[in-house]
Amino acid sequence: MTATSAPTAPSSRPGRAGPPRSSGLTGTTRLLRLAARRDRVLIPASALTLMAVVAGSAKATFDLYPDPSLASPALRETLDNPALVAIYGPVASMSIDALATFKTVLLGGVFLCLLAYVVVRRHTRTEEEEGRLELLGSGVVGRRAPLAAAVLLATAAVLGTSVLTVVGAVAVGLGTSGSIALGVSWAVMGLTWVGVTAVAAQLTETARGTAGFALGALAAAYLLRALGDASGSDSPGRVLTWLSPLGWAEKVEPYGANRVWVLVVGVIAYAVLVLVAFALLERRDLGAGVLPSRPGPDRGSLRTVGGLTRRLARGTLIGWTIGYVVLGAVVGSLGGSVQSFVDSPEIADMLRKLGGGAGTIIDTFFATELRFAAIGAAALGIALTTRMRTEETSGRVEAVLATSATRLRWAAAHIVVALAATALVLAVVGTVAGLVDGGRTGDVGGSVGRLVGASLAALPAVWVCIAVAVLLVGLVPRLTGLVWAVLIGFLVLGEFGPIMNLPSWVTAVSPFDHLSHLPGGSLDTADLLGLVVVAAALTAAGLAGLRRRDIA
Amino acid sequence: MTSAIQVQGLRKTFGRTVALDGLDLDVQTGEIHGFLGPNGAGKSTTLRILLGLMRADGGSATLLGGDPWQQVESLHRRLAYVPGDVALWPNLTGGEVIDLLGNLRGGLHEQRRADMIERFALDPTKKGRSYSKGNRQKVALVAALAADVELLLLDEPTSGLDPLMEAVFKDAVREFRAAGGTVLLSSHILSEVESVCDRVSIIRDGRNVESGTLTQLRHLSHTTLEATLDRAPDEADIAALPGVSGVVVSGTHVTCAVESGYLGAVLQHLGTFGIHSLTSAPPTLEELFMEQYRVPAATP
Repeated sequence: MTATSAPTAPSSRPGRAGPPRSSGLTGTTRLLRLAARRDRVLIPASALTLMAVVAGSAKATFDLYPDPSLASPALRETLDNPALVAIYGPVASMSIDALATFKTVLLGGVFLCLLAYVVVRRHTRTEEEEGRLELLGSGVVGRRAPLAAAVLLATAAVLGTSVLTVVGAVAVGLGTSGSIALGVSWAVMGLTWVGVTAVAAQLTETARGTAGFALGALAAAYLLRALGDASGSDSPGRVLTWLSPLGWAEKVEPYGANRVWVLVVGVIAYAVLVLVAFALLERRDLGAGVLPSRPGPDRGSLRTVGGLTRRLARGTLIGWTIGYVVLGAVVGSLGGSVQSFVDSPEIADMLRKLGGGAGTIIDTFFATELRFAAIGAAALGIALTTRMRTEETSGRVEAVLATSATRLRWAAAHIVVALAATALVLAVVGTVAGLVDGGRTGDVGGSVGRLVGASLAALPAVWVCIAVAVLLVGLVPRLTGLVWAVLIGFLVLGEFGPIMNLPSWVTAVSPFDHLSHLPGGSLDTADLLGLVVVAAALTAAGLAGLRRRDIA
Repeated sequence: MTSAIQVQGLRKTFGRTVALDGLDLDVQTGEIHGFLGPNGAGKSTTLRILLGLMRADGGSATLLGGDPWQQVESLHRRLAYVPGDVALWPNLTGGEVIDLLGNLRGGLHEQRRADMIERFALDPTKKGRSYSKGNRQKVALVAALAADVELLLLDEPTSGLDPLMEAVFKDAVREFRAAGGTVLLSSHILSEVESVCDRVSIIRDGRNVESGTLTQLRHLSHTTLEATLDRAPDEADIAALPGVSGVVVSGTHVTCAVESGYLGAVLQHLGTFGIHSLTSAPPTLEELFMEQYRVPAATP
């Protein structure tokens, strides 16, 4: 090599004849490094958490049943019923390994899909919408480089998490070939969502639109396989599972059939989707989507901050309402099949341990499902409440608070919307579940009343979550995101607290621990009142802080 | 004349950073007051305190005769604010935002709304996310200028506007004053301030350094003299004259800066060398401004 050489573009290799034809990928490596740096906490933390949940819950199951031969028949009967299968996926086999990972295979994979989605969206459409990609695009960066970098990083995140989880699973004593199959199953789901999100990011102009497509597809895939899995073994409905990428991942059946070859299906889907994304990228301008954005009205009917807040929450609320209608239908339709599958007292006792409850086994089932619905509603309430902070950091609140709208009225508007929205979705899930269950019992009015009452009785716990969000926004706005950690903490305490035999004062930290076991149990008004008082106190403290502090 | 805005000894710190360090500001009713300062001088912080978004750590601020922190609601009905970086809701159209902000203020002049949209050539049917920076700025400007208010607080309102739109903006602000309104215009675009403002306050490091009409400010400052003489003068002699600075002599050519009030003596001295040609330039606002910022803040 001579000491000096003509300056060359970073991507062109020596020995190439003629002016290099641009691949559009120039700068991919640098963008990849930038993206990896920005996600240096998110990706490793998510991977470790997912691994820890799989390994931890497997270990807890092993500890619970030191002699696997005793656990298997009872547990299997409990778990292999349509109600639980619809949520967690089918049990792959009778082995203790399969039972120990029953709850984590599918749900963990769904979380991995979410990670893939977040990474791809963050580095493509979000960057583009914020205009940062424009800045980068003016440098020596090929047209395809940002998408390539995002896809590569997300792919690495998916594969890395899968491998890490295999290692963690083997380390706690799960079978090696089954654990590898588990990794394959996750890789199929995660890789597919890398592709789905890459396509979604090309379709719309906004990160929100991308979220709508990618998460909508995830919800649809989850429901398709839920319907397929819950169908009878000879029903044509079982085909539905194969229509869902999450269904393919189930078909790997880790710790059962261990069909590792399904990976081929996932890789093909991944490759096709990524190619489609790049093809769509060619057909559009920077900042634009394949789908055009339409003009809106030139006059507005919004007159108050309340109107504005309701308007901004509209899209989110419509989405959640549809989701809760579907959830209610699924839960309601499963009520009848629970009884036929669970008839031994030990199993009923086990279910009670998992979900808590009194009364018939169907009541226990409904109580468990409605508690999940309440935690979901709390997430909605938090999302709507923390919009205050988003409005503040985005600078939009300045324009609003520079008008006659006061801080308190503005905050109250957000809180009212959050309270109303959570009440609405819980009423919806109870009503729909009641209507469907009424078909089984023959007493539609009674079923609706019982289930609506039961779901609305969870509202005080939801209010506490909203109040925590208000408190953080008002007193320590920088730490607003902590409210999500708090909610996840409540969820973990509720899900695993009883199994792990945590002392009751620990599980009592969660407001959901103080809910009455409805339907079936009796309404404990003192507990509910306590929750209301806590919620009111936290809200008042948050509002007092908001009144005093500077608005960023 | 009454004061629309009166600020005395305003102080605000963020952690260890001192944003405002005893700022004084006086805006008379019915004037367009230019609020000048470089980035980070504390202009936006002052406006945020005047809007009740932030609380001052010390000093006092009076806005339209009221306390901006306590009387948010009643005061805000009488004013409109345009931030320097307008953020819009991605899924609301410009027209919807204009109507919303108008409704939240004292109300909207229908005729002025239509007029402003036309003059600023704004498409009100586009969604917030699809506006460019300049167009987002126009949405906030139309909303403010069409509002039925008596005070405009404008924080670098023309950033992102093209020169044509800047001209529209200046006209609209002058019309607003002609109708009896008061304007506080924070800016670092000097030509804009120079052409529309009645009085100017220059701030630096959170303190007011100059304040007054442009004529007054010019009096405070230096006139640049440039002369070609018949015979070469002595540089030291000129520099020794009172009120003279920045003397450069090259042969028979002299340039120097002379404080107002000392011009006569300097001309007399130069006259002894025979003046061949002479130009004298009163300071532009830009020079005033640069002068305030060139050297580190003088300790009074």
